[in-house]
Amino acid sequence: MAVLELQKVSIRYITGDFKDIGLKEFLMRKLTHQYHVQEFWADKDVTFSLDRGDMLGIIGSNGAGKSTLLKVIAGIMEPTKGVVKRNGSIAALLELSSGFDGDLTVKENAYLRGAMLGYTRKFMDETFDKILDFADLRDFRDRPFKQLSSGMKSRLAFSVASLVKPDILILDEVLSVGDGAFKAKSEAKMKEMMGGGTTTILVSHSLEQIRALCSKILWLDKGQQIAFGDDVEEICNRYQEFLSRKNK
Amino acid sequence: MVAKLKRYSFIFEELVKRDFKKKYKRTFLGMSWSVLSPLLQLLVMRIVFTQFFGRGMEHYTTYLFCGNLIFSYFSESTGQGMSSLIGNAGIFTKVNVPKYLFLFSKNVQALINFGLVLVVFFVFCLIDGITFTWKFVLLLVPIFSLMFFNIGVGLILSALFVFFRDVQYLWSIFTQLLMYLSAIFYSIDSYSPMMQNLFLLNPIYLYIRYFRKIVIDSTIPSVWFHLLMLADVVIVLGIGCWMYKKYNTKFLYYV
Repeated sequence: MAVLELQKVSIRYITGDFKDIGLKEFLMRKLTHQYHVQEFWADKDVTFSLDRGDMLGIIGSNGAGKSTLLKVIAGIMEPTKGVVKRNGSIAALLELSSGFDGDLTVKENAYLRGAMLGYTRKFMDETFDKILDFADLRDFRDRPFKQLSSGMKSRLAFSVASLVKPDILILDEVLSVGDGAFKAKSEAKMKEMMGGGTTTILVSHSLEQIRALCSKILWLDKGQQIAFGDDVEEICNRYQEFLSRKNK
Repeated sequence: MVAKLKRYSFIFEELVKRDFKKKYKRTFLGMSWSVLSPLLQLLVMRIVFTQFFGRGMEHYTTYLFCGNLIFSYFSESTGQGMSSLIGNAGIFTKVNVPKYLFLFSKNVQALINFGLVLVVFFVFCLIDGITFTWKFVLLLVPIFSLMFFNIGVGLILSALFVFFRDVQYLWSIFTQLLMYLSAIFYSIDSYSPMMQNLFLLNPIYLYIRYFRKIVIDSTIPSVWFHLLMLADVVIVLGIGCWMYKKYNTKFLYYV
């Protein structure tokens, strides 16, 4: 049975005048018919399904609709059309260091993040030391979060998230952070998780990483699904060719 | 429902803790401010208004305190609740958590503050020579309904605040107006019966009046009075929940 299934998922995104305008501006523009809202399809008819233990890499240039698609899969947004079927628990790590609070300590932030990911307090109590060790932040335990470097922050985020055993794990540009040593460690950890049966979705601009890790691949361009399949090598090559043609 | 409560209890606790910590960050007196600031406000009002209105009124301090107590809870709860959604945009655009938790967390804080001030209020009653009767138990009625009323208003405000930031300025003017219309420091006895009835349209006045009736007059408000309070709560809570339901997945376009 498929763990995650998307059938003809389309997402209409709205942007335009309604953002950052006040009440007066809003009324003025409404009255003078100057109020414009642009609608566009961030994703159009995306269809794929993933099985247990699959590792999906999503590629595509900026604005291809990758992050929006992840938000729909995570349940933060609703698809305008189509169906998303999830069979199991889901943990999403979108833009890692957001959602942390600079005034709280490392420990408090770890707990808050753990709570957001759906852990129990008991689980956090038991694993907090492990999390710190993995992130190499033992000495920073009670430091305010804002004193940490951005690399440290994402290390903590990854460590908290990687301990969970969700059925579906979503990672957005996660592995592009941290120094070389941590990168190797986190890649190893992810492989271990995949082996454990977690279905993972990874968005990355590093084709090298996708080639090394993924078992399936989805290529999006301007919201259109260009390709989906398990022939990672071939699709990566096509994508590379596409990129070099574009750059010419 | 129970399963849901259990599932989100951990994150809720963590949010409450975070909000507490952030609120009293870099304050020398910390939580004492929650008691101190309404007391100082009371002191100012007592000194100023005794000159104009308080003469000849029995238990004027208690009368004033009833108004102040209710009104500060309302204005603190709604004023802070307003920014609860925007302030957590970084979280709800990235993680799928129920958005009302952010507001509830702020409300818990306001409720605890209210509880602390309530204790001080009873001490003042004692000093003012108020006799405590069993009827004081009934104070739980206005307290609970005010709590739900505040949640309802908070839901509406925090949703509106996402769409229009003007709301905060409009709201601060509105609360000021409401304060003057809530008979906090004056009595409405000298107005015509028609005018007096108009005051009943103000939900905050209802709560204040309930408190005064129980504490100062030791009488229980009528059934109609209760129904009126209930109606106010149902209306705001209904609108608030409807807004959150309708815009649940649309808020993120606006932040």
